[in-house]
Amino acid sequence: MAQIGETRRELALDCFLLAGRIMMESGAETYRVEDTMIRMAVSQNMVNSHCFVTPSGIMFSPSEELATRFVRINNRSTDLERVALINSVSRKLVAGEYTLQQAYDEMLIIDQTNYRFHIWIQILAAAVASGCFFILLGGNWKDLPFAFLFGGTGFIIVETILIETRVKIFAEFIGSFVIGILASIAVYAGFASDLDTLIIGSIMPLVPGLLITNAVRDLMAGHFMSGLSKGAEAFLTAFAIGAGIAVVLSF
Amino acid sequence: MNWPLEAFLSFMAAGAFGVIFNTPRRTLISCGLVGMSGWLIYRIFFLTFDDPVQASFAGAFVVSIVAHLLAKKFRMPMIIFSIAGIIPLVPGSKAYNAMRKIVENNYLEAIAFASEAMMISGAVAMGLVFAEVIMQLFFKRQAKRIQKKMGLTQE
Repeated sequence: MAQIGETRRELALDCFLLAGRIMMESGAETYRVEDTMIRMAVSQNMVNSHCFVTPSGIMFSPSEELATRFVRINNRSTDLERVALINSVSRKLVAGEYTLQQAYDEMLIIDQTNYRFHIWIQILAAAVASGCFFILLGGNWKDLPFAFLFGGTGFIIVETILIETRVKIFAEFIGSFVIGILASIAVYAGFASDLDTLIIGSIMPLVPGLLITNAVRDLMAGHFMSGLSKGAEAFLTAFAIGAGIAVVLSF
Repeated sequence: MNWPLEAFLSFMAAGAFGVIFNTPRRTLISCGLVGMSGWLIYRIFFLTFDDPVQASFAGAFVVSIVAHLLAKKFRMPMIIFSIAGIIPLVPGSKAYNAMRKIVENNYLEAIAFASEAMMISGAVAMGLVFAEVIMQLFFKRQAKRIQKKMGLTQE
């Protein structure tokens, strides 16, 4: 009997850590991950548990008898559909609609499925966003195709370099650098007229919006470590984009 | 100023960001609406008071409130709705101008642009904070009232 209890609690631990890891990898706020894990633990009668989440690893310490566990978070991307799905699984587990095994199986499926839109749809979305911002920021309609084109190109470049090298700053630097060069060529060749708005509109898909929002919300919830590290990541991203543009403008 | 056009464009932009961040399919339209409301409030404030800092604060505040309400309705995390709405308020053009002035060795003007960009990002952050606190107070009171109605509180 004691053996069964032990394996059940091991499963519960695996379940919490899997939920935490998927949420953290998909871009949830740190305090939400901690909150979800603690709620799930309380629903499984592990009242006295503690967890500590940072952007690069999760520690979870259940009540006295079991050992503390740790998982490393290696690659962070943005996939809000996963966050929503894990959130609903944990809600169902807490409400008693799922058993532990069901919840764990569901999370394994979520972990292995690719929910992202097809890459070409994402590129099209980036291009549309660039075009919309270009007009919103006061560009003229004649230059709209260039903003559309360059926004999509920048996004393709950043995604390709990210897949190849995993160095985010470098990818963003090259992306904005290429956008700057293309925009300059278009303006000096006489096809487009407004260089500044063209560049600002085209780099919009690269802006670290999620990081900024998460950093503010984490700092607000008192998670200074993750708040500051996400803020630093956002700042570095902004710096890389700015440096890429600055290199082009300095010629 | 062409209001319907701006509304449509900001709706499309926020929806497109929803696709890039892979928000759940059935929330894409709501994401677009959040972005639209944030941008329109920002523009109205900017045109009436001519102060980008206050306008960004108001925009971020509205985005955050709407995102909270939608999060309650859909029972999903609030960031799903808020990020797409925050991005239009990020001071991209100010940061760009600051960078440009630095490249031109015009440091004094660069400082002016950079500090304005800092002020705007601070205002956006404060808008998020204020909305969060107000919503927390509101929902706490609402939860208490429901508990009282159901006779759950021990008094």
